[in-house]
Amino acid sequence: MKELIQKLCASFGPAGREGQIRAVIAAEIEKLKEEYFVDTLGNLVVRKGPAGGKKILVAAHMDEIGLMVTYIEENGYLRFTNLGGIMQQTLPGTRVFFENGTVGVIGQEKNKETREPGLSKYYLDIGAENRETALAKVKIGDAAVYLAPLHQEGKRLTAKSLDNRVGCAVLLETLSRLSAATLPGEVFFVFTVQEEVGLRGAQTIAYRTKPHYGLAVDVTRVGDTPEPEFKTNVSLGKGPTVKVMDSAVICHPKVTNLMMDVAEKNNIPYQPEVLERGGTDAGAIHLSRDGIPTGALSIPCRYIHTPAEMVDLDDVENGIALLQELLKCEQW
Amino acid sequence: MLIKELSAIPGVSGDETRIRNFIREKLAARGLKNYTDALGNLYVSKEGRGKGEDPGLMLCAHMDEVGLMVSSIEKSGHLRFYKVGGVYEPALISKPVKIGPDDVYGVIGAKAIHLQKAEERKKALGPENLYIDIGAKNKDDAEKAVKIGDYVSFYSEASCYKNLVRGKALDNRAGCAALLEILQRDFPCSFTAVFTVQEEVGIRGARVAAYRVNPRMALVLETTIAADTPGIKEYEQSTVLGDGPAFTVKDDSVIAHPRLLERLIQVAEKQQRPYQFRRYGGSFTDAGAVTTSRGGVAAGVISTPCRYIHSPLSMLNQKDWHHLVEIVDGFIRSIDEKGLEV
Repeated sequence: MKELIQKLCASFGPAGREGQIRAVIAAEIEKLKEEYFVDTLGNLVVRKGPAGGKKILVAAHMDEIGLMVTYIEENGYLRFTNLGGIMQQTLPGTRVFFENGTVGVIGQEKNKETREPGLSKYYLDIGAENRETALAKVKIGDAAVYLAPLHQEGKRLTAKSLDNRVGCAVLLETLSRLSAATLPGEVFFVFTVQEEVGLRGAQTIAYRTKPHYGLAVDVTRVGDTPEPEFKTNVSLGKGPTVKVMDSAVICHPKVTNLMMDVAEKNNIPYQPEVLERGGTDAGAIHLSRDGIPTGALSIPCRYIHTPAEMVDLDDVENGIALLQELLKCEQW
Repeated sequence: MLIKELSAIPGVSGDETRIRNFIREKLAARGLKNYTDALGNLYVSKEGRGKGEDPGLMLCAHMDEVGLMVSSIEKSGHLRFYKVGGVYEPALISKPVKIGPDDVYGVIGAKAIHLQKAEERKKALGPENLYIDIGAKNKDDAEKAVKIGDYVSFYSEASCYKNLVRGKALDNRAGCAALLEILQRDFPCSFTAVFTVQEEVGIRGARVAAYRVNPRMALVLETTIAADTPGIKEYEQSTVLGDGPAFTVKDDSVIAHPRLLERLIQVAEKQQRPYQFRRYGGSFTDAGAVTTSRGGVAAGVISTPCRYIHSPLSMLNQKDWHHLVEIVDGFIRSIDEKGLEV
């Protein structure tokens, strides 16, 4: 499990530039002898189970937050904009890498007034002496992600992009453990794009697959750290969460009730989740066409949107168990 | 001059009838059939001259502009207003406006500077301290000329000097002018052109237009922020007037489809035309609504740089606009020749 998550987290795949992470996931799917297709925006879709019954869309976004180069200065420094929710406090001194392997360090202009001066006060240093040498490595529109390899401490993993490569791992592992014969209907396992910039991939794949039910698999915030920013009971290590609400969706009671019933019946620990700020693909899916009853299963995660996000391996295992039992269940 | 003509016509978001009618006349003069939908988007299905496959290309430009709307009428006969779209508030004071279908003339007024207290003078004035003065004696008198809900558009005479064009609503009448220019030419492949409504209040027209047209790919013709002005550092200027049309890599609503963006660059390079990248990663365009339409659409944006947009008077360089038209022309032809894998 750790190896899979490590591989996924190490891959490059900011919103809108998911080519590399998609290729890594596609290779895993080929190993499982499953077929897949890729849609216009780049969502990767695996269909499994017998057609004719209820269709379920299970979405985990494969994109991560990142930076995009907007300007290259005479002196070789790069200016950038954000792809998704970049936290300014985490930027100075952080290393990033580009798709071609170029590594840069984020620097900050002199600033005494505020902790969050705006992204225009930061720059990226790729060791270029001038514009020409910079342009030999990087061009405007190129994107970069944090350089922060995975590390394990007991049951805890830290790495960049656990949001949401851990969700991708849950989907891949569920795919490998489930046999098509145990599924009551058709399941679309989708690795979505551009979640971090506004749930865009989920919106188009929900339209295309036209499911009866939707389920997002993502990470969620926890309240088990000193003076947490968010008041929530969700803790690391106490099981995956069954989302009740976030800023983008109020989960359909049929789906949340079913998830909780399945968890209890199978003795899988879970935590109810109310996320006051933040959204997942469920927000886009439930509004597709004439409305789709949608829920979400989340893996608790600390330090979301920093270079060192943290999850607990037990939560991941229990998440896989819950997703597996849920998809096998006949009560949809 | 087409941009100048388009600039002069009122067309605040939701009140696009006059600008739409003007564009329809231009289309009719060129023998181009067109139709509108429930929201007021204007569509042209441009037939290609070749026999190749229809590439599923949509081009669009929003025809609405930012402005104001009458929200209430004071006993004194002065009008209070809402903003429609992202109007730059500090630019409002002492500006002439046209109100309602009859173009009632008004001036945006505020408390005389002589009467303002020292603290008041330091603050930028917003809609709460401003009003529109139509010279009415009282509420009854004002109601004879205007009513609540009337649209208010800026009244700025458009003018040209050398390559510079000045006028209101250049965002996005420059895009409309470019689309009209493109529609007057012959292309080997077919495409659909849409003049969209309500972009400035939340990219609404483009959303339904993309649903209706159901394209594979779309290029949005826009007008974007140029901030090559005093006190702004190079990397914060967004775009520079005269450096060529700007390609968007990413804004708050869309990440340009990489292969579509690549193609735009190839076309500009082949034509040896100047181009630049929009350095600001924020704000919204029709491309955001188009890219997430139905099962997903490959979308990109090309813009004419323009100073002082969302104010009563903006300024662009005609050379940038001209290059934009030719790059769009070359883009359409390259789609016909080579297709575009999306």
